[in-house]
Amino acid sequence: MTPRLADISIKKRKAERTAYLDLRLIDPASRRDETGGILTDGETIVDLGPQVTHESIPPATTVIDARGLIAAPGLVDLRAHLREPGFEHQETIHTASRSAAVGGVTSIACMPTTRPTIDDVSLVHFIERRARETSLVKIHPVAAVTQGRKGTQLTELGLLGEAGALAFSDGPRPIMNANVLRRALSYGTVFDALIMHHAEDLDLTGDGVMNSGETATRLGLEGMAPEAETIMIARDIRLAEMTGGRLHFSSITTAESADLVRQARARGLPVSADTAPHYLVLNESAVGDYLTFTKVRPPLRCEEDRQALVAALAEGVIDAVVSAHEPRDQDSKRQPFAQAAFGIVGLETLLPLVLEIVASGRLGLVDALALVTCRPADLLGLKAGRLAVGGPADIVLIDPSMTWRIDNQAFQSKSKNSPFEGRTVTGRVVRTVVSGRTVMDIASTS
Amino acid sequence: MPRDVKLLSFSHRHLLGIEDLSPDDINLLLDLADTYVALNRRAEKKRDLLRGRTQINMFFESSTRTRTSFELAGKRLGADVINMAPSTSAIKKGETLVDTAATLNAMHPDLLIVRHPDSGAVKLLARSVRAAVINAGDGSHEHPTQALLDALTIRRRLGRLSGLTVAICGDIAHSRVARSNILLLNTMGARVRLVAPPTLLPPRVDRYGVEVHHDMTEGLKDADIVMMLRLQTERMQGSFVPSQREYFQFYGLTYEKIAHARSDALIMHPGPMNRGIEIDSEVADDINRSAILDQVEMGVAVRQACLELLTGNLDHPEHNQ
Repeated sequence: MTPRLADISIKKRKAERTAYLDLRLIDPASRRDETGGILTDGETIVDLGPQVTHESIPPATTVIDARGLIAAPGLVDLRAHLREPGFEHQETIHTASRSAAVGGVTSIACMPTTRPTIDDVSLVHFIERRARETSLVKIHPVAAVTQGRKGTQLTELGLLGEAGALAFSDGPRPIMNANVLRRALSYGTVFDALIMHHAEDLDLTGDGVMNSGETATRLGLEGMAPEAETIMIARDIRLAEMTGGRLHFSSITTAESADLVRQARARGLPVSADTAPHYLVLNESAVGDYLTFTKVRPPLRCEEDRQALVAALAEGVIDAVVSAHEPRDQDSKRQPFAQAAFGIVGLETLLPLVLEIVASGRLGLVDALALVTCRPADLLGLKAGRLAVGGPADIVLIDPSMTWRIDNQAFQSKSKNSPFEGRTVTGRVVRTVVSGRTVMDIASTS
Repeated sequence: MPRDVKLLSFSHRHLLGIEDLSPDDINLLLDLADTYVALNRRAEKKRDLLRGRTQINMFFESSTRTRTSFELAGKRLGADVINMAPSTSAIKKGETLVDTAATLNAMHPDLLIVRHPDSGAVKLLARSVRAAVINAGDGSHEHPTQALLDALTIRRRLGRLSGLTVAICGDIAHSRVARSNILLLNTMGARVRLVAPPTLLPPRVDRYGVEVHHDMTEGLKDADIVMMLRLQTERMQGSFVPSQREYFQFYGLTYEKIAHARSDALIMHPGPMNRGIEIDSEVADDINRSAILDQVEMGVAVRQACLELLTGNLDHPEHNQ
């Protein structure tokens, strides 16, 4: 059951021709769900389907016999905070990539919540270089919308995009000045830029540290009203309408937010949204007795909101489920609740928690996988997130019946701040293939 | 009544909040506190129940009356009492709390009395120390000994708690005293009304088995007890209420407003009072109605009872490692 991770030197070796046989092939983009095999050569998929069998494969092919497993595209994570440069004591691109490999995430869009923040072409190059040198998975930088993420002056959206930034975001810091966001969206249309926004009215949330409601009242903690999110979303939708810019909401968490996004879509606006597993499987009562691992921004909401989000997922209103991976060291969480840092690590728990929603019967497996593969890939304009001939050989093999307990100390991430410690989940990635090379496998199954 | 039987029936290692207490726990504490009231009125007040024990009062937030009350309670029971006031710069960082706990642990205190500006901080500290911990107020969360001394004051004046109507008035949102009192009074079968402008009420407080009023005369109608809360000065300057003058006009306790309560209604305040803001001076000083000084007296007795019961549990082997 212990994951075995490849050494970084694997990237220098040629990817061998490999056949993965006897699988349940699921490709959400083409709605393929059938038994068959995958043949990869070098870094691409060269054949795929029921015709790929022991008999059909060319000689000198490495065979991975994977009866009973699901093969799906490697996961595409629309939002993770990798903390490098600047906060390497919490996470590095290398450790995050190991964490991603264990979680089956083969492409990460990494947030500019670094020091310095990614608001300059040289920093985009820096991330790309560090990713080449140290990462087991593919890393795509998201650059800041405003310089220093201060919410006042635009970054060089065009130049940053040319350098490789796939999207723009000020991270968990909302752009409070409506005119600045308006200009970002408007100017961004020239480059078809995706602006990812954390919708929160900071004046309304004030010193809040958890959802405003019954639990906050019991614990004597300052609340953050759900309206702080919905009011901002309503404002932003108007700005998207005004400018025609591509607007994406990072982590919507309330029933009303989902309603607003649904209505905007119905009017044909280029608006998209994601959420994270913790908003789908936990509610504010998880805060319990001041458990700081549940402290996250936006906060865990009430049960009605959680259920509405799951319904919005099933309906297709939400485009992606993200890891929202936000590593925090022990010291910043071993604090009185109000003083503790916000954030939850999520790369290693993303898939099992999404599968938990599937098991509850509220969401189909293929739709669920689409939320973590092709749909986020489409938002970013990546070819990843699908199983297709000629496409990248980024593949995960999932054992859908493996039941295991989440153990924070076993995380590959440098940080262990997960509220899911001890939770029993079903379904686990047993092999992660990036560009035709196995970067992680769980020994007992190969 | 045989004392050891009583001690065994109090099963808590710490006193962190009213939330953890049953009606039996509360009655036990109040009965024991009653015996201390009598003792404290004698010339010879000292007992040696806590001889050899070390009590540390750690106040991360300034306090005179609560700290003094705990100090007196400990000293009258024979404990060695030390007061620590960690500097404000150290608290601001907060990160020293768990370290502070480890440092304290090494000094082998038996009783830790802790006040902290953050909700939940006392619980966090209690998890990493061997001593029995009493919460002397954590943020806006709980202040259990205040609720107990209020209950003792009421019980001695009116003979019971159940069935009484208690109006708690003022800044409920930021008040640990209000939270502990709501919990205790509900547990003991009293009816609780909250009277405050909506800006000073916490969200969804109606789900806590209380009646909510924004109008003082309605809220005080036929009340047996009127508990006033302190309004912090920084909240009076436009952010929560427009001005002191306006607050006093609508929410200050005056003879005119208290006329709506029962004619023998008791007036309480956890102190320190803002005269002319939440309470009229004359009302506060009315010896027939104001129980404010009784509350101070009951405070020492209640804290002695808490110290005695928790020290009793400290001797159990399972708590000794």
